[in-house]
Amino acid sequence: MKYSGFSLLKNAFSGHRKWPNIVANSELKSSYDIVIVGAGGHGLATAHYLAKKHGVNNVLVIDSGWIGGGNTGRNTTIVRSDYLLSASFELKNFALQLWKSLSQELNFNLMYSPRGYVDLAHSDGELEHFLLRANAMRLGGADAEILSPEEIAAMIPGINLSDDTRYPVSGALYQADGGVVRHDAVAWGFARSASSAGIDIVQNCPVSGFSIENNKITGVTTAQGKVACGKVLVSTAGASSHLAGMAGFALPIEMINVQAFVSEPVKPVLDTVVNYNAGLSYLSQTDKGELVMGGSTDGYASFAKRGSFARIEDTLARAIQMFPFISNLRLMRHWSGTADIPMDGNAIVGHTPVENLFFNCGWGYAGFKATPAVGWAMAELLTTDLMPELLRPFSLQRFETGALIDDVGIGPYPWLH
Amino acid sequence: MLLIPCPNCGERDEREFSYGGRAIKYPDLNALASIQAWHEVLHLRDNSTEVIRESWYHHSGCECWIEITRNLMTHEFES
Repeated sequence: MKYSGFSLLKNAFSGHRKWPNIVANSELKSSYDIVIVGAGGHGLATAHYLAKKHGVNNVLVIDSGWIGGGNTGRNTTIVRSDYLLSASFELKNFALQLWKSLSQELNFNLMYSPRGYVDLAHSDGELEHFLLRANAMRLGGADAEILSPEEIAAMIPGINLSDDTRYPVSGALYQADGGVVRHDAVAWGFARSASSAGIDIVQNCPVSGFSIENNKITGVTTAQGKVACGKVLVSTAGASSHLAGMAGFALPIEMINVQAFVSEPVKPVLDTVVNYNAGLSYLSQTDKGELVMGGSTDGYASFAKRGSFARIEDTLARAIQMFPFISNLRLMRHWSGTADIPMDGNAIVGHTPVENLFFNCGWGYAGFKATPAVGWAMAELLTTDLMPELLRPFSLQRFETGALIDDVGIGPYPWLH
Repeated sequence: MLLIPCPNCGERDEREFSYGGRAIKYPDLNALASIQAWHEVLHLRDNSTEVIRESWYHHSGCECWIEITRNLMTHEFES
């Protein structure tokens, strides 16, 4: 069914009780061309583009939980492309172009809100680095500006720009196209599109093993039985190492906890996304009025999905440096997720040692913004078996060959990325 | 919040420490180890086990590197 003003009116007459489910209830078939393990944003985006761009719909998307219940539903919904290294920039900037028209394409309101992303610098040296990054972005075709403290004050009333703070603000990198996208809607929109194209989406059905013959994948073992298949894409973020173990290899990934929280709702105070860089604290305000805040990782390996109080405290301390009024607010909710962070901090996408088994992992806590671009490129890889230019730098082999993509330049220490 | 059992100082708040990652046995620097051996040690991580041996630096205490065993699911320390 197409969502429109007319369908809204029509369903109003039946008291909005007769809307069809956005995802059809699918029974597991005995065989598929492609099985996608993980029904998060990336897996579902891949399914959408497989059907819409390549006409492939003998596809299963399977998840141990529910759609968008992992890191897709746990991030702070920020999208931007302010990266220096071209591999990272190209992919995220392509995603940013896709976000702009995705609501129309999916006929599902993703609430893409290009409210601007303001990345604060706290020293002349940092501002100089931001200038380098802004120039690289502009050369790549993105918009980027450097803001003076006066311009920041005009854009963000209420921000504390006084010189009395521990890390005074010396300027900012500003990307007008950056903003937020409603993360749950991304999973639902892609799922609805894939499901309506005939792709099976099976939830609450964990994968417990792979059938591999002569180093080639032939099937997947699930809680509802075995499924034969031609190709498998694993797109499971925090469970990636676990699934790689089932296939008999190890990944250069450490699992680390990342937290986020929302305050109680308040009147509109902030219409941009702001990031504090002396330490890390990023925040935006939802349409409901809550302030959504996140910080860096907990800083050590963990599968616990529950956070350390030390990180909550320092992330909030930085938020209060920016906006002193936050000290009067109460936190309403708080959650965390397992981020799969590789040894150079950048994603791992593409072929694996097992033939016809593909992985899309290692996005850590920076994968949401790339969702449509990854789905687009993964669909191309799965249908043509040729590595798209966009994904080529992110191969698993780069760790053996030394072609690392170290955006921050701190080496094999995932908890610092 | 982790209360890390430092063998020199007793249980201390995690904020007194910085993380050193897994307790790694590096290849012998005097023997010429293969690139593959270094790749496995530097990059590959077996995430199938919940209990790992790891190193922490007690910067606000005894200023020593310590090694402890921790469960990644429960955050409990084991001796």
